[in-house]
Amino acid sequence: MMDTRRHLRGIGDLDRAALERLLDLTDHMAEVGRRANPKVPALRGRTMCNLFFEDSTRTRMSFDTAAKRLSADTMTLAVGSSSVNKGESLRDTVETLGAMGVDAFVVRHRSSGVPWRIAEWTEASVINAGDGWHQHPTQALLDLYTIRSERARRLGEDAGFEGLRVGVIGDIRHSRVARSLTEALGLLGAVVVHIGPRTLMPPTPLARSTDDLDGELEDLDVVYLLRMQNERMDAALIPSGEEYTRRFALDPQRAGRLGEHVLVMHPGPMNRGVEITVDPTTLPGAVVTTQVTNGIAARMAVLFDLLGGVETEVSA
Amino acid sequence: MTDGKRVLGPDDVRRATTRMAHEIIERNRGLDGVVLVGLQRGGVWLAESLGEEIGRIGQAVPVGSLDISLHRDDIGRRPVVPGSVSSLPCDVDGAIVVLVDDVLYTGRSVKAALDALNDYGRPSAVQLAVMVDRGHRELPIRPDFVGKNLPTSIIESVEVTVDGVVIIDPETTVDQ
Repeated sequence: MMDTRRHLRGIGDLDRAALERLLDLTDHMAEVGRRANPKVPALRGRTMCNLFFEDSTRTRMSFDTAAKRLSADTMTLAVGSSSVNKGESLRDTVETLGAMGVDAFVVRHRSSGVPWRIAEWTEASVINAGDGWHQHPTQALLDLYTIRSERARRLGEDAGFEGLRVGVIGDIRHSRVARSLTEALGLLGAVVVHIGPRTLMPPTPLARSTDDLDGELEDLDVVYLLRMQNERMDAALIPSGEEYTRRFALDPQRAGRLGEHVLVMHPGPMNRGVEITVDPTTLPGAVVTTQVTNGIAARMAVLFDLLGGVETEVSA
Repeated sequence: MTDGKRVLGPDDVRRATTRMAHEIIERNRGLDGVVLVGLQRGGVWLAESLGEEIGRIGQAVPVGSLDISLHRDDIGRRPVVPGSVSSLPCDVDGAIVVLVDDVLYTGRSVKAALDALNDYGRPSAVQLAVMVDRGHRELPIRPDFVGKNLPTSIIESVEVTVDGVVIIDPETTVDQ
């Protein structure tokens, strides 16, 4: 029998039309979030299971809230207190939970590729909430939605992605956020440039790259700052935190050079004083909290798309 | 427009709209607190037409639209394709909401619309205006304002636009 399930394991599971459909659906979900009662019965009787093998607060809470706003039931495996610590294999865990009637697994794991393995072991749809340095597709979706809706609000309708210039700044090499975002922006025709130390660029380039932030700054429509993780400094991939901040941080001087229309984004949690040394609440283009709010709507769209039986063009 | 049996022309639709506008005004003396809400997608143009007529005859009333796809009771049974995003022009708490749709059939869309409306607030009353009532109700729902009562068979479908009302029988219509 043909496998009719669908997944969102990476941006590769989407084409341009599917991505645009998810963005349109996110618009509907955001509207639900603005109602006096922000909850719809759309996924009654469906169950979503959070399977987080790596720490996460905002992504897990965001998925949980999204499922509840669609009236789905939720289960959460807290790895710290589960049999995973007794040596239960990943496969056993998934099969056991699957037997309890799960329609979608939301998976975060430190190893790349785990969501694809899990999809082989279960009847449920699999949503990747971050695997290693590999993919984080719902983050990309909420970022794209934030760009689209904020530009529409600030510049007028239909600002579009074609030719939009997005600078992703920081540790591209170890960032699943950068990888998913770059692929998704590429699908919609945006132009991405990766900015950061040469040692933190991926071995296979995903986009044009440079280590000259100041040379790019004035050409950007979106400034996307990545979290600089301290362990990268420990691993001697960058000379020092001060050096990184001097060359790549959004500081007051650089912020002053940004055009009025430029959006400033960050996937959170921010390392204040490292990749950003200016208070984002003072920047008119900062949309960091909007990203968090939109995360719920974007994840509602993904859940509804996978579990709600939305029409797809590949039916037949 | 698809081939089929035309039962109303553009003039009939215009006259029915004008008559329904008068009836809405008569029923809600003064029109205070009245808001027209078209159901996505088929009811939106009719809500706008009724709004224009009411504005011409009496006073302007707010007009909005409601997408009910997330409230439908057949999610998972058939594809759900949301229309445009819902947009209610004012607070529905305490308002008299006139739901507007092109065709009233099983009543399930109206039930979904009533559920959706509740998430925005508590209207003081909800009324229902439809261009065509084609029968075959599956829920205890009835319209307050009707353009045309049109007995149909279950296999037929009904298309309503500003240009008129057409009944399409799949057994006599040849698809190209």
